Amino acid sequence: MQGIWQGTLTIDPAETLADTFIARSPAIAARVMDGEMMIMSAVDSTFFSLNEVATVIFQAADGLTPLSEIVAKRVCTEFEVEPEEARRDAEQFVTELSQHGILLVSDKPIPAHNFPSSTSGNVGKQ
Amino acid sequence: MSLLVEMNERAMKLGVPLSVHIDVTYRCNERCQHCYLDHDDYGEMTTAEIKDILDQLAEAGVFFLVFSGGEVFMRRDFLELVEYARKLMFNVKVKTNGVMIHEYEARRLRELGVEQVQISVYSHRPEVHDAITKLPGSLKRTLDSIKFLKAQGLKVTVSNVLMTINRADHRATQALSKELGVDYTLDPTVTPMMDGDTSVLALRVDADNLDELFSDPALVGNPEEYCAKPGPVDEDTMEGYSCSAGHTACYITPYADVFPCVQFPLATGNLRKQKFIDIWKHSPQLAEVRSIKVKDLTVCSSCSHAGTCTRCPGLAYMEGSMRGPSSSDCEKSFHRTGIPSANMLRKAAAASSGPLIQIAPMMA
Repeated sequence: MQGIWQGTLTIDPAETLADTFIARSPAIAARVMDGEMMIMSAVDSTFFSLNEVATVIFQAADGLTPLSEIVAKRVCTEFEVEPEEARRDAEQFVTELSQHGILLVSDKPIPAHNFPSSTSGNVGKQ
Repeated sequence: MSLLVEMNERAMKLGVPLSVHIDVTYRCNERCQHCYLDHDDYGEMTTAEIKDILDQLAEAGVFFLVFSGGEVFMRRDFLELVEYARKLMFNVKVKTNGVMIHEYEARRLRELGVEQVQISVYSHRPEVHDAITKLPGSLKRTLDSIKFLKAQGLKVTVSNVLMTINRADHRATQALSKELGVDYTLDPTVTPMMDGDTSVLALRVDADNLDELFSDPALVGNPEEYCAKPGPVDEDTMEGYSCSAGHTACYITPYADVFPCVQFPLATGNLRKQKFIDIWKHSPQLAEVRSIKVKDLTVCSSCSHAGTCTRCPGLAYMEGSMRGPSSSDCEKSFHRTGIPSANMLRKAAAASSGPLIQIAPMMA
């Protein structure tokens, strides 16, 4: 993998998650409602809803933390899931969202100025 | 069910303010004949105040944010506000007359990920559009802005208000929009001034114009379907609400006042004195708005149009009661279907039965 891109991407199985950095695209709107992340692409107005696990990965996508670390420190610990299962699901999730331009993926850290830096509020969880 | 509909339903259930319309200024470089605003500045919010409110809105769960005015670009900090809003990941829509948008502004709006820009165009003819805006050369500058925005790949919608002075031009304005490659909306609603002055209502088009609009496939799709007579009103309709104002949406003025909607000037609190979430959750006025179901409406609950009418509670409020009818929506329902509303029948009966107070001489 080279550089930062949007569009079709499949994470090469030969590479490790430690080589993968993910960042939220600057062309999206997002907000957490009742524990689920709602996302709309400003490019094509497509709308997505993420479950709680996917929401954790999305919120941790700061462009600087390797995906492997997100999976190990956030997903496996918060949801008590086996590392191999978590890794496989995370790869699939990142691939899918990058295809819709929601996530940017790179083999290098992604500069923060390229994307909205703030996470959103968490409503509906009183 | 689409995700968007599901999101709306969930927001309604959770009491989340999904959409907020914020007017960042009432100042404007145009003086449109039909405008309901006073364009003087009585102390609009500072950059810091608006940013603080945007933080509060994000925390409250607001997803859709509309920046409007006045003319938004009259504020020198407008793009800074858009950038801040986008960092908070709002879906941002901008309403503008476009006069101050050039290549730089268009490029920045695209870079910031603005979802849509809505631009007011009242006619394809400069002599009509400029006469409405009272700004010479405004149509040319507005059309230029649309080209700049389109060149950036932004979604643009032309928004037209049908009035007595431009009623002959709406088809050509729609054709112009198509030529420019942008969407087009037409609204025959002219609202009273925010201070209650109703003189602008003289610009409303007459019945013949409404009949013509409602039978135009280019505007309404399938006229037979659009103009179908209303079916029976079911229990779900009676237990429902007129619109999202105050339920999942609200409006903020440049002076930090919070209203249920831009067309519903019911003061519910001020963000210079209270936090947004406190107003949203605890305002007695919003609680009253939210308590009103269709079955509670004084006249409309008995109307055959109850399930299909576009009744605006804000216009009803300005007419005298948020539980009462909105006469302009009664007119629309009537001209759309040919069936008079309960409000129209009531008024006709009152007019035919003589004076409201009658005195008969006592017979000795």
